[in-house]
Amino acid sequence: MSVSKSFVCINRKAPYGTIYALEALEVVLIAGAFEQQVKLIFMDDGVYQLTRNQNPAGIGMKNFSKTFGALSDYDVDQIFVDSESLNLRGLDATDLQRLTHETNDAEERLSIKVVPRKELVDIIESADVLFNF
Amino acid sequence: MATLHTVNKSPFERNSLETCLSLCRFDASVLLIEDAVVGALQNTLISKQISEAVESGIRVFALNEDLEARGLPLSRLIEGITIVDYAGFVDLAAQNSKVQSWL
Amino acid sequence: MSLDVNGVIYETDEEGYLANLNDWTMSIAKAQADKDGAELEDAHWEVIHFLREYYNEYQISPAVRILTKAIGKRLGSDKGNSKYLYELFPHGPAKQACKYAGLPKPTGCI
Repeated sequence: MSVSKSFVCINRKAPYGTIYALEALEVVLIAGAFEQQVKLIFMDDGVYQLTRNQNPAGIGMKNFSKTFGALSDYDVDQIFVDSESLNLRGLDATDLQRLTHETNDAEERLSIKVVPRKELVDIIESADVLFNF
Repeated sequence: MATLHTVNKSPFERNSLETCLSLCRFDASVLLIEDAVVGALQNTLISKQISEAVESGIRVFALNEDLEARGLPLSRLIEGITIVDYAGFVDLAAQNSKVQSWL
Repeated sequence: MSLDVNGVIYETDEEGYLANLNDWTMSIAKAQADKDGAELEDAHWEVIHFLREYYNEYQISPAVRILTKAIGKRLGSDKGNSKYLYELFPHGPAKQACKYAGLPKPTGCI
């Protein structure tokens, strides 16, 4: 018998300078592989993880931003981005990757939702388990 | 001889860039590397302070490899910031008498 | 550990996974399968190439449940089921096929 819990992973670190972003992704993939419900929050410097056109070849690192595209295969399709964090960093939704998933009736939906910070409260409160990176 | 200041932490997470800017002499160079390159974009909490530093004559650089890694749009960097690559980093280190790393 | 393919030595980890993704050739896959006493036919190659493309696009080796689902979506439901994939790769489709595809062990694989 398998037990499914609701996980929320809060990502607050920029990619590449530290290992947090990559580690968070590993944890999310493992949770997804074991059929847990996972939601992701990107806020503060975490919003930099989702920018388009990342190319870390010059700093000798793997471009793990490509892996976000596989999250829908892992049924991880609820990704919330704090709009305030974007604004304070001179970014907006168009600077982020376009991630999609399919609904049960094969309709394409966007996986990323940019939301005001106060909406994150309910998402955090809805979790059985919180992961912080 | 002048000093090269390097900063490698995001200015939105730590105050190292702010501290650095407050302790730069007029002839100093500041190089943003690693996570600090996020401070090079326009319209952020730190952009005004960087622009003021540039206006005061301090030379501000950002490392291209780190900008590219993070997908930051080069067209939206703060005016006056110069992009350098690793070879340019070495040149800066050689041109200055010492390097101060703000961690 | 290492693997000898026609006199060329390739570095692998202790479980036989290729150390360098870019070293991969079909001869290496065959040599790895030989070691396991397995023979690679068209159906195996289809999965191996699928995995390499998946890795190229997303930079990960998918876990077995994900692989099954993704294959079903892209190659048809007659192939996207565990029975079909376990018959091809009895040591575990993701684990074994990733090894022959020169990819790292799948994430979430214990």
